[in-house]
Amino acid sequence: MKIIVLVKEVPDTYGERKLDLETGLADRAASESVLDEISERALEVALAHAGSADGVEVVLLSMAPESAAATIRKGLAMGAASAVHIADPALAGADLGLTARTLAAAIRRTGFDLVITGNLSTDGSGGVLAAMLAELLEVPNATALSSVEITADSVSGTRSTDDRAMRVSAPLPAVISITEALPDARLPNFKGIMAAKKKPFETLTAADLGIEPQDLSVASSIMTAIAEKPPRTAGVKITDEGDGGTKIAEFLIENRLA
Amino acid sequence: MTEEREALIAAVREFADAELAPNAARWDAEKHFPTDTLRRAGALGLGGVYVREDFGGSGLTRSDAVAMFEELAKGDTAIAAYISIHNMVAWMIDTFGDDVQRERWVPGLTEMTDLGSYCLTEPGAGSDAAAITTSASRDGDDYVINGVKQFVSGAGSSAVYVVMARTGEPGAKGISAIVVPDGTPGLSFGRNEQKMGWNAQPTRQVVFEDVRVPTTNRLGAEGDGFGIAMRGLNGGRLNIAACSLGGAQWALERALGYVRERETFGAPLATNQSIMFTLADMETELQAARALLERAAAKLDEGASDVVPACAMAKRFATDAAFNVANTALQLHGGYGYLHEYGIERVVRDLRVHQILEGTNEIMRLIVGRDLVNRL
Repeated sequence: MKIIVLVKEVPDTYGERKLDLETGLADRAASESVLDEISERALEVALAHAGSADGVEVVLLSMAPESAAATIRKGLAMGAASAVHIADPALAGADLGLTARTLAAAIRRTGFDLVITGNLSTDGSGGVLAAMLAELLEVPNATALSSVEITADSVSGTRSTDDRAMRVSAPLPAVISITEALPDARLPNFKGIMAAKKKPFETLTAADLGIEPQDLSVASSIMTAIAEKPPRTAGVKITDEGDGGTKIAEFLIENRLA
Repeated sequence: MTEEREALIAAVREFADAELAPNAARWDAEKHFPTDTLRRAGALGLGGVYVREDFGGSGLTRSDAVAMFEELAKGDTAIAAYISIHNMVAWMIDTFGDDVQRERWVPGLTEMTDLGSYCLTEPGAGSDAAAITTSASRDGDDYVINGVKQFVSGAGSSAVYVVMARTGEPGAKGISAIVVPDGTPGLSFGRNEQKMGWNAQPTRQVVFEDVRVPTTNRLGAEGDGFGIAMRGLNGGRLNIAACSLGGAQWALERALGYVRERETFGAPLATNQSIMFTLADMETELQAARALLERAAAKLDEGASDVVPACAMAKRFATDAAFNVANTALQLHGGYGYLHEYGIERVVRDLRVHQILEGTNEIMRLIVGRDLVNRL
């Protein structure tokens, strides 16, 4: 069985995250880059299955600038067998449609039984890529799984929604996305880190995948406006005069935070 | 730094951030030795950083090791320092043991399911290590060991004790290195010493009363022990110095945060020129110490002829500089620096002993001075 895990390098959420107002792209120099935690959890799902079943191959796939190679290699250090890195300056700023087309082409090229993604990256926060990939790959899709069971020919799990949890399952091949309810990833150990440099690491361009980033015949999104994040204002201070709890509750409801 | 070393250091940093830093204050207060955490350090590869890979070592360099111990110490200096001593023991068995000995003891040590202790100092012999009196007398195919070892880190929790004992004439040439496994009849331990710092690791006397082990537990030849002990200490000194550097670097970063935020006389402390000069000196001292340490580690890796004085001067300089930096960080914090809660005073207490152990800083000067005089 071949499991492809989509991994993404993102600006560390502990740091300041900024957009470049000229290009509209994430300012990668503004903070440290890390492997998105949800990617690590997705990888953990795959590695846990690889550890419990025979003949499971875990492949990492990422579309990211060349500088992300070290971050992707962390996934190899954690235990993935190989990595495919689509690094092409022409793909910088790709919208979700172009990203999905490119990733789907790479997934087809690599071959797969199961694709695992995070439900939502911490930078783009699109949350639709898994569904787009399933559509393009013409396979079933189960999103936002908070538990996952993989067998030789199916995948099933729990899909949490706002008001209830559903049991879902699909025959393989399939695409799933997982939530942060799934366990933290294992830490890579020194042996894994040393072994990572010897594992297959393929770097591809859009042309290698038959993708034309500037293809204007395909519908794509355009950015119409971008603005600096408004400066932080002083917070609301609630003084407790015996009704502090009620006031806090009202504040939360009013701001739809409850 | 190579990408690979960066990845290794990042893994150590993640471990220190997740497993050590959140617990350091509690372990210090409760004098708790976290053997479960040490097993996870072993799983990461920290049990035998520069031990060969065939029996589970990580096969890395001394230059890798000093960078790692600095990161570890940012999380918990006392635990980082214990891991340093454990590595010295694992390396001694890996380097001077035969394959039978290596196969028996190295796998458990590298996994840190078995911990190691180094037994050299005695109540009557510290800096003058060649004057030890613990004896190992031959009785057929056994050694019978009698004596007392002082200030032994990990004692009572360790599975493996590397003991320097006299098997022959007085002086350095009559000493052998012998492995004594825990549980050997006649082996016992003193109380956990009440110390100024290093509270997260136990320090006890190790007492040998007719402790009988086979002569096949001896590392190297009879009489090689002093040389083995000293070679272990070269790397031990670098790692302890690296632990000092990590503790001090952490304290400096805390102090930087504090002086930027703390306002006195209507302005942040950091706008005060005397504070600025102090910070500049702290940074400069630590950079200089790190450079000296990296130089000595490189010499140890390449087997340079002047490795002994290089390690001694790095240890002396880094442990002094780091203690002063941590103590200055405490001063910059004012009264808050004196509170347990801020963690600075713990680092000051932990770093103080680094100027004393693995060879006192006076002995380090003796090594550097003698080398200098003999060379001219």
